[in-house]
Amino acid sequence: MTELSLTAADFERVSVKRRVQTIARPSLSYWRDAWVRLTANRRAIASLYIVIALLLFTVAGPWVWAVDPTAQDLDQLSTPPGADRRAQIVEPYAPWNGVATTINESPTDIVGATAEIWLAQPASTQAVRLVWAPVLGASGYRVYRNVYDPAPDGAVGLPLAEIYDPRQVSYEDLLDLTPTRYWYSVIATDRNGREAEEYTTLAVDAIRVITAAEAQTRGLVDLETPLSLGDEVRVSFHPLGTDYLGRDMLARLMYGARVSLFIGIIAPFFFVLTGILYGSAAGFIGGRVDQILMRFADFVVALPFLLFMILFKIAFGIGPGESGVVPMLVALVVLSWPATARLVRGQILQIREEAYIGASQLLGAKTHYLILRHMIPNTVGVVLVTLTFAVPTVIFVEAFLSFIGMGVAPPTPSWGSMCNEGIQTMLNHPHELILPAALISLTVLAFNLLGDGLRDALDARMRSRE
Amino acid sequence: MPNTMPDVSNSLTRSASFQLIWLGIAATLGFALLMVLLSWASALTGSGSSTLSAIDAESGTLTLQLSTEPPQLDSTRATDSVSIMILGHVMEGLLRFDANNQLVPGVAERWEIREDGATFWLREDARWSDGLPVTAHDFSFAWHTALAPETASEYAFILYPLKNAEAINTGNLPIDTLGVHAVNDRVLEVQFEQPLAYFEELVAFPTYNPIREDFYRNRDGRYGADFEDLLYNGPFEMTVWVHGAHLRMEKNTHYWDHERVRLNVIDIPYFTTDTTAALNLYKDGQIAIVDYLGAEQLDEVLQQRWELLRFGDGSVWFLAFNFDPGRVTSNWHLRKALQLVTDPSELVNRIIKLPGNLPGESLFPVWLQGIDGFFRQEYPAPQVALDADAAREHLRLAMEELGLDEPPSLALLVDDTPGAGRQAEYFQNLYGTQLGIDIRIDRQIFKQRLAKMQNQDFDVATYGWGPDFADPLTFGELFASWNPNNNGRFSNREYDQSVRLAQSSLDPRIRMDAFGRQQEILSEEVALIPNYERGRVYIKDRRLQGVVRRAVGPDPDFTNAYIVENP
Amino acid sequence: MYVYALKRLVQGVVTVWFIATATFVAMHSVPGDPLLNERGVNEEIRRNLEERYGLDRPIFDQYLIYMGNMAKGDFGISFTQQNRSVNDIIREHFPVSATLGVLAIVFAGLGGVLWGALTALHRNRLPDVIVMFLVILGISVPSFVIAALSQLALVGLNDLVGFSVLPVAGWGSILHMLIPSLVLGLGTMAFLTRLMRSSMLEIVNADFIRTAYSKGLPPTRVFLKHQLRNAILPVITVLGPAIAAITTGGFVVELVFAIPGLGRFFVQAVQQLDYTVIMGTTVFYGAFLVFMVIAVDLLYGLIDPRVRLK
Repeated sequence: MTELSLTAADFERVSVKRRVQTIARPSLSYWRDAWVRLTANRRAIASLYIVIALLLFTVAGPWVWAVDPTAQDLDQLSTPPGADRRAQIVEPYAPWNGVATTINESPTDIVGATAEIWLAQPASTQAVRLVWAPVLGASGYRVYRNVYDPAPDGAVGLPLAEIYDPRQVSYEDLLDLTPTRYWYSVIATDRNGREAEEYTTLAVDAIRVITAAEAQTRGLVDLETPLSLGDEVRVSFHPLGTDYLGRDMLARLMYGARVSLFIGIIAPFFFVLTGILYGSAAGFIGGRVDQILMRFADFVVALPFLLFMILFKIAFGIGPGESGVVPMLVALVVLSWPATARLVRGQILQIREEAYIGASQLLGAKTHYLILRHMIPNTVGVVLVTLTFAVPTVIFVEAFLSFIGMGVAPPTPSWGSMCNEGIQTMLNHPHELILPAALISLTVLAFNLLGDGLRDALDARMRSRE
Repeated sequence: MPNTMPDVSNSLTRSASFQLIWLGIAATLGFALLMVLLSWASALTGSGSSTLSAIDAESGTLTLQLSTEPPQLDSTRATDSVSIMILGHVMEGLLRFDANNQLVPGVAERWEIREDGATFWLREDARWSDGLPVTAHDFSFAWHTALAPETASEYAFILYPLKNAEAINTGNLPIDTLGVHAVNDRVLEVQFEQPLAYFEELVAFPTYNPIREDFYRNRDGRYGADFEDLLYNGPFEMTVWVHGAHLRMEKNTHYWDHERVRLNVIDIPYFTTDTTAALNLYKDGQIAIVDYLGAEQLDEVLQQRWELLRFGDGSVWFLAFNFDPGRVTSNWHLRKALQLVTDPSELVNRIIKLPGNLPGESLFPVWLQGIDGFFRQEYPAPQVALDADAAREHLRLAMEELGLDEPPSLALLVDDTPGAGRQAEYFQNLYGTQLGIDIRIDRQIFKQRLAKMQNQDFDVATYGWGPDFADPLTFGELFASWNPNNNGRFSNREYDQSVRLAQSSLDPRIRMDAFGRQQEILSEEVALIPNYERGRVYIKDRRLQGVVRRAVGPDPDFTNAYIVENP
Repeated sequence: MYVYALKRLVQGVVTVWFIATATFVAMHSVPGDPLLNERGVNEEIRRNLEERYGLDRPIFDQYLIYMGNMAKGDFGISFTQQNRSVNDIIREHFPVSATLGVLAIVFAGLGGVLWGALTALHRNRLPDVIVMFLVILGISVPSFVIAALSQLALVGLNDLVGFSVLPVAGWGSILHMLIPSLVLGLGTMAFLTRLMRSSMLEIVNADFIRTAYSKGLPPTRVFLKHQLRNAILPVITVLGPAIAAITTGGFVVELVFAIPGLGRFFVQAVQQLDYTVIMGTTVFYGAFLVFMVIAVDLLYGLIDPRVRLK
């Protein structure tokens, strides 16, 4: 054993720690702690910003961008954002009698190609007037139009017209003219109605035009400015483009937000609330009451949705063209709460058996305290997920119901019905679908983040841990 | 405070993640196994037929898609266009339409039409699909059945030209008083209620098809429900019918004219109303025709450089008014005001945007035949020049007569399709901005809309009428005051007289003059505002030729179609 | 356990009866006439039609007759398909919807549980963020769009490869089942993912997990037996009605992929006001739902032994 040289100093006390634990701050109750954590949670803050932005968009938006969402600009149908807006002033539309020739020939079995096609006047979005040289032996003509060059394989495109009179050698095209390049082909038909092998194609660039009267009534120019033919004006500006009837997308989104956000927040809130109350009562009380309550919930779920919606519509006496938002709200709440109730009940059944419930009861806790303080906060996770998913569901159900005359009446827009309309033109004009869907996504995102933040904040196990 | 076991928690997470991956693989395999199981189970019950691609030249097979399936194929009760199309392929009447839409002999070899009746001589070699001959008794039985009130046939009215038919159908006379007799197996005698100029046109209609009595009675009320509950005397016979899933027609070797039929099989394994799905099937080479193209799909079709064809389906669409005296729409000035601002050309070219549609000018469409040529060329529709100022003047007068301070609010009844919604919104904006009239859009699903129209619960409604037979009368009699389909209850004495004249006269000139007069009256009285004559474009595989399209009769018609290897 | 199941079955029958009655009343209260059609008919024919379908009797009689028939299993004849019985319709089309529905649910359940567990384990890290993004995108877009886009993708795939890898639409082979059931299950899978995640998060931080691990249990046991099993209960709760919902709500998928399921028939029946089909399918679905709920409740007791079923 080695010798340790120990002195008395080695055995002197180092220090006296009087207080091992200090209380750095007052102890927080469960709710205060949850609040503190919520406000510190980055996701929840982000969702708050999104919600504020959406509310501004809805409330203040129409002030800033004061455009009538129902005004139909038939010159700019389904235009994407950033489209060219130049238009020329022209005379108002006057009916055209066309061009006819005198024919001495009778139709033959084989006909040749149309030699030449030309325009009777410059091509514009008002009308394209074609004239062509008559073909010997033709019994009639067919006019085709394509937006792609037919040249490589003879894909002439849309069959615009069939002319049965060989003396008529002109055609006026009015169909959905947009400022783009068209290829017109005129093919002669023989005595048997078959088309000629060869034909001529004319490439035409249609320019957007507008009449002076229209420009003035739409407020595109000052009333004092003199307008002469050939002047250039710009048609109305639509920052996010227009829909299938030429209505401004931005204005529609703003007005649609009112309906969709109102329904999308209020309805889920109410039916989730109903579900929580119903489900926790069923789960906690248990026994026969539970059985009866749950059977009633099953009953409600099994009812055919559409049929009962129609019934509600009649019961509330919504006439044609009236907006039935409140009845729809009531109907939605009445038909959607069972799912939440069932979920909450399931959770309660689980939680009811936990040790801390028993402990709490031993300490003398009353039933309502148990439910409010212990059970419901632990069902919050499940409830929030339901809420998040309820929002887009309700928005789309509202759109679906507008087909049977419930929900908002046209022309009032809502994001859901804008999506439905956008589906029709999904491939050609995706902006009509993407814009409302993006806004719906944003709303769902906000709820999601808020839900996540709330869930983290209210989770007792994470208390004072992060 | 940080988690006191960071390493442990991390490793737990890692191992859990690995387990998840293993579970994921196991789940995928399990899912595949489940699919195999279910597929095997459903193969025991399903139709289990392999489908060929759109056109198979070797076997002469054509594959198609339909939007709906025929509810049933009892020709006495068929009403919809799909049933009529299928019946046109598997059955044949006395007369039929040929490739040029002319009436040619069907089961009848020759016939004679007189003032008081008609006689039909049937051919010898017309057979049913079980080999037995088609006799005059079959026609007589079918026509009696269609008129029997118990059958409750909705197209019974097409048989009303027959003597006592209407009385029998309304229960006022016993069924054996019908003026139809099978003299023997080969000869059919028909007596008319009144002279009829267009009887030939009617006879080709499916309600006039034959039904064999013993077979009908044998099926225990289920005649026409499934493919084995039918006998076929047409170019094709049905060999598979799984409702809503699969319908298959094969060449009927017992058909007397089977040399004319060049296809062997028409296979329809797809039923959906979604036009995009149909387009995708076409793109994938699974079907040979896409019949309904929406305006939004045209760009895609042009890009694919497919061949587009036009087809006018013969129907006329218009705004119908409610003439009930209590409604504001019974006021002529109001209707006139609306007429003077409605531009069908704008509706067709900007809103509907589909080639094939013609701006509406009259109740009578352009394809109707007149005396020597087209009816509309001989009797041009009255032209109405748009005039917004005059319209407002008429509105002012209407408000005066009705005692209103403000322009009235009108309910516009439309159905629930997206297209109808667009048109409704267009009209709402049009009348709102031009006249200050508030239009309330009333969207109803099918049965509710029908109920509202029948009960005159509307102000204005979008309405369409398709022809039952190729004579202007099918349109003209729509506005006769006794017609149950005259939902607005338009009633005009001169008009009614004109319709009666057209029904009973045999002189073409008199009849066409009557129709011309009816056209004028409808325009003067603003009984309707014509919107458009409907048509569409469709795409068809280039290898398929000989497809016939019709406004009246089975459409599309593949009985003359054939396959070309290299078009 | 068996007594409980029996009690539940009896309750189920009563519930189904209530459903049938409520639907009957609703159906007859809605305006519209199932016998109306485009072409109007005369009085005599109208009378005959009513007689054939028993609509000429007073409502209460109709109700009793219908209930009596239903008890015998006869749902009557369809109004629109005049020669087909509703039993036939259900018998021919329900297996299709059921196959689709079962596959969709299994896909949704497996996927939901696995993705949910994954995102719970990696909370706030990359997998969680990606999955959340996908989930939000998926539910903000109408289901019709997802179905249509997936069909478009199939066409593109077949085009790319040169031959038909997967059928674009239709029904009849194992390949026809794959994509439609996946599309059908996506929405539910998104929901189950989030649900599972939320449920797992409560477990992951729980004390008993720490205890189990510190006891020396292998991580596999801890994960499977303790974490997953406890977290899965809400998913099970949802699965029961979800099966019923998916089988009835497959309408969009059936439309886009041309699948002859019961969903399409049901929607058409409401539009056509086809009384017998509406009643028949509602009662059938109601019974199916009730049965599923019973099964799920029984499953509760198996999974979580603390839950006592009375």
